[in-house]
Amino acid sequence: MSGPNTDYDPVEVTPLKAEEVERMRDEALVAIAAAADLDELKQVRLDHAGDRSPIALANREIGALPPQARKEAGARVGQARGAINKALGERSAVLEEEHEARMLVEESVDVTLPTDRRSRGARHPITTFSERLADIFLAMGWDVAEGPWVEAEWLNFDALNMGADHPARTMQDTFWLEPAEAALVLRTHTSPVQARTMLTQEPPIYVVCPGRVYRTDEVDATHSPVFHQIEGLVVDKGITMAHLKGTLDHMTTALFGEGITTRFRPSYFPFTEPSAEMDMVCFVCRGVDSDACRTCRGEGWIELGGCGVVNPRVLTACGIDPEVYSGVAFGFGIDRMLMFRHNVTDLRDVFEGDVRFASAFGTEI
Amino acid sequence: MKASLSWIREYVDLPADVTLDKLTERLTMLGLKLEAVTNPADAITGPLVVGRVLTIEKEPQKNGKVINWCSVDVGDANGTGEPQGIICGAHNFVEGDLVVVCLPGAVLPGDFVISERKTYGHLSAGMICSAAELGLGGDHDGIIVLPADAGAPGDDAFGVLGMDDPVIEFEINPDRAYALSLRGIAREAALGFELPFTDPAARSTPAADDAGHPVVVEDSEGCPVFVARTVSGFDPTALTPAWMATRLEQSGMRPISLGVDISNYVMLELGQPNHCYDKARLAGPIRVRRATAGEKLTTLDSVVRQLSEADLLIADDNGAIGIAGLMGGESTELSETTTDIVVEAAHFDPVTVFRAGKRHKLHSEASKRFERGVDPLLPQAAADRVVELLVELGGATADAGTTVVGTAPAPVSITIPVDLPARISGIDIAAETTLAHLAAVGCDVSLDGETLTAVAPSWRPDVTDPYDLVEEVVRIVGYDQVPSVLPPAPAGRGRSESQRLRRRVGLTLAGEGLVETISYPFVGEADWDRLDLPADDDRRTALRVVNPLNNEEPLLATTLLPGLLKALARNVGRGNTDVALFETSLVFAPTGDERAPILGVDRRPTDEEWASIEKAVPRQPMHLAIALTGHAEEAGWWGEGRSASWSDAIGTIRTLATELGVELEVASTTREPWHPGRCAELRIGERVIGHAGELHPKVCKAYGVPARSAVAEIDLDALLEHATTVVSGPRFSSYPVAKEDVALVVDASVPSAAVEAALREGAGELLESIRLFDVFTGDQVGEGKKSLAYALRFRAADRTLKEGEASAARDAAVALAAERTGAVQR
Ligand SMILES: [Zn+2]
Repeated sequence: MSGPNTDYDPVEVTPLKAEEVERMRDEALVAIAAAADLDELKQVRLDHAGDRSPIALANREIGALPPQARKEAGARVGQARGAINKALGERSAVLEEEHEARMLVEESVDVTLPTDRRSRGARHPITTFSERLADIFLAMGWDVAEGPWVEAEWLNFDALNMGADHPARTMQDTFWLEPAEAALVLRTHTSPVQARTMLTQEPPIYVVCPGRVYRTDEVDATHSPVFHQIEGLVVDKGITMAHLKGTLDHMTTALFGEGITTRFRPSYFPFTEPSAEMDMVCFVCRGVDSDACRTCRGEGWIELGGCGVVNPRVLTACGIDPEVYSGVAFGFGIDRMLMFRHNVTDLRDVFEGDVRFASAFGTEI
Repeated sequence: MKASLSWIREYVDLPADVTLDKLTERLTMLGLKLEAVTNPADAITGPLVVGRVLTIEKEPQKNGKVINWCSVDVGDANGTGEPQGIICGAHNFVEGDLVVVCLPGAVLPGDFVISERKTYGHLSAGMICSAAELGLGGDHDGIIVLPADAGAPGDDAFGVLGMDDPVIEFEINPDRAYALSLRGIAREAALGFELPFTDPAARSTPAADDAGHPVVVEDSEGCPVFVARTVSGFDPTALTPAWMATRLEQSGMRPISLGVDISNYVMLELGQPNHCYDKARLAGPIRVRRATAGEKLTTLDSVVRQLSEADLLIADDNGAIGIAGLMGGESTELSETTTDIVVEAAHFDPVTVFRAGKRHKLHSEASKRFERGVDPLLPQAAADRVVELLVELGGATADAGTTVVGTAPAPVSITIPVDLPARISGIDIAAETTLAHLAAVGCDVSLDGETLTAVAPSWRPDVTDPYDLVEEVVRIVGYDQVPSVLPPAPAGRGRSESQRLRRRVGLTLAGEGLVETISYPFVGEADWDRLDLPADDDRRTALRVVNPLNNEEPLLATTLLPGLLKALARNVGRGNTDVALFETSLVFAPTGDERAPILGVDRRPTDEEWASIEKAVPRQPMHLAIALTGHAEEAGWWGEGRSASWSDAIGTIRTLATELGVELEVASTTREPWHPGRCAELRIGERVIGHAGELHPKVCKAYGVPARSAVAEIDLDALLEHATTVVSGPRFSSYPVAKEDVALVVDASVPSAAVEAALREGAGELLESIRLFDVFTGDQVGEGKKSLAYALRFRAADRTLKEGEASAARDAAVALAAERTGAVQR
């Protein structure tokens, strides 16, 4: 860079003439406008705004001018450079936008391509439905109790008022375990869990016991030697059949919607007295024009299971004073409810492990 | 229990507005559940009439068959009064017989329209009907031949056949044995509609004396009451009247012979099982005693029964003639020559009968009633009713003499607070209502202040406890009156820790792409062999089911793998080739020495007793197993797929452990049924909780699953025990990270876990993470060697690392790895 050239004759500095500067500016603006893409613009920038561009060279001459002329020429060149830079910036923005738009078009993909690199997992609907049922009771403040599947005969039968000579024992086709002296069975119902709860906890007791049970039923579309029950037990002071009805009404309403309540019919179970069968209003036809309803087969009601007031003999065997406490209990099949609630027509699907079955239900039900 | 409506009406006069629907609905709400109503008449449109066969012309046909051209008197039913010409192919009737005739225009079950038609050269105007054609079932060949007294030609046959009489089938609960009789059902109908009831057992019976057939009861506990009556001059050829045969059939019993039919009829009518002996075939007195060792009896079903000393017998001087309450013997049964009959009506102990039935695997209409409880006051009335019918229908003469041994047990008296039914049901029931309903049930009721005393009626041996009275009152008030009230449960704590963790396990595994299955726990010795378990493997010690559904699978699973592998094979067989399954389930780990006591039920078990029960229940840990085959990641436009392998099996469990905050150690091991070079032992500290890896090729073959299928099985309880339930919030540094990569060459046999552990320790506390990103073998690294490439990240909690700090830490890590594992930096 040269220092001020005091000897220089300003008249001879042609590039700083106003018309020259305007020409440079205009040429630059034309070139900028003509740049078709960012690469061309880059060249234009070099040619018209770079260090060796006419305007830059002109700018260098300013220092050679006398102070008087220097200011004027400086302003002139500065304005011209400003206009060029502004035009460059604007053109650059336009071209960049065009470039990006073009790139995005070029990068477009077929979004309908499959995306299933990994298949989805699932929990078994019996698991999730058991939890769903338990959730209703948990929300009421109840606990969820569990117990072993191979159970002492005494807990599965005797403690529940089904002594060895009780005819009701033959109603439940039991898997017995060897040797006979072991007095062990595969539990035929989840009721031993109720007995265990009463034997190990003080009232008040509010529990549900969902779980797997076993009976010697041959496999077909509606029977399985392995199936699932949920039983509920309340032992507290002043408990009545009304509390049983209230609980069951709440459960069916929570699962099937407003208006889906229960009714009781007299029945017999050794562990309850009075005993009842419970039915729920058919959630499909709601008991209106039931004749064509396939869910309830024209009944208007769906059989749920059994329930009743806990037989005081059971309370006694489990160490609870029936003079102080009363209890109610209920039980029904989870598999069966899953079947009618979800239109499952063959119970074998539940136990065969075909992934298509559980996958259909996902991780919650 | 089935009964026709007309039979019920015999004891309760149901008004016209009590329709069949109303009746069955009320009885259902009283506890006699309607099972079905059948009315054969519904399937038939008449005319269906009684006809008398006047002539039969037998006409042999070319095909060798003989058909009958019959002339049948149908009275005025055909509009002419002339005999009807009908062709009939059956041969079980003769001229003069009364038969059932379907006249042209009638429609039989199956829309079978009867019309006049030309056949075998005659114009056949109707059909002589068989039971099957009328939809009455039964296994009789040939046409129905009516008893001579059934009616007159032209009579409507619907009535004669009892076909316009609906038959109601009830499901009778075990506590309501009284309803296994017309007496019981009609009593409930009367109760339900507050109508008078005519008790068929209310009859005056002759007083007991010593003049009847001699009876010795040696076991009065097994047989509290024994009544014997005798008739003579019975006509063994006398036929069962049509009305009786119809009622028996309606109730599901087959008519056999008049004597037997009368016995069954009285059982259905009153609920008292009874028995008729051919007096000529009895030797000496009837003796009720326990059997002696080695004694045998051929029962009426022609089965030779080995008797047990616990069996209560009816015997005579020649030995056993019946098992009490269960079944009579062949040697003294009524025959075509029987003229003198000894009638037995006794009361037997329910438990004795129940046990005998179980022992002999024999269940009869008699035992069904005895084991549930029969009215002990019935024997005399029942014997008297049998005698009456033998006299009336069989031309017999009632002999003098009524043997009655023993007395009926005294009725039970029960005391309750009068408001107990209200307190238990939650229904507002007035004291008067309680008293009235118990009286209606047949109780003898008295009230003293607030205390009610009820003596149960003799026909209700099931009513023994205070709550039994509650049920009686509430069922009459109506279960539909029970209000709906939520119980006041105390505030709860939600799911237990273990329940929450298990939910998390399921969600994690499903998130990893696995699908949950539920398998049956039944396995066989063959499964142990398929899994190639050694002879002394613990998993071979399994519980055995006495009565398995499949004799090949009598054992309870000690491992979840058999069930899971069968499910895997089933999926592959159905074309689901990329499968990842998991199952969480209890397994059964017995010691073989479990013996559970049978405790009393009149009190809580003592702590020792309870401990003995808990100890006797075999250990049942919850296991988790997974099984993988096919693609873990599908091939697609994105590139190659990836097959599930041993590493996915181990990885899934590792992921689960990480989710649960458990530090899981993995080491190489061998264990069946895994591939010996591809089996990982999974440990928490020193405790082995399971194994994972590739399945042994032999095992893949044995279960028919694809080669290289991978499985894992762990003790889930053990994993959950170590789960971190309260996570501490992490602290992390915001200073820059320094990355260092190292490649180490070690012997191929050195586990990468050992190298990593050494690097980790050697790197010191600046090490933030370490990741093995490449494993390489080949010529470049040399025979028997492998190259492991690690990415190390260093970061300080409180400052930016200085130049050289990270590389120094890396060098220290490499140095320790070299010392511990012989690693050489590449
Ligand atoms: Zn419906």
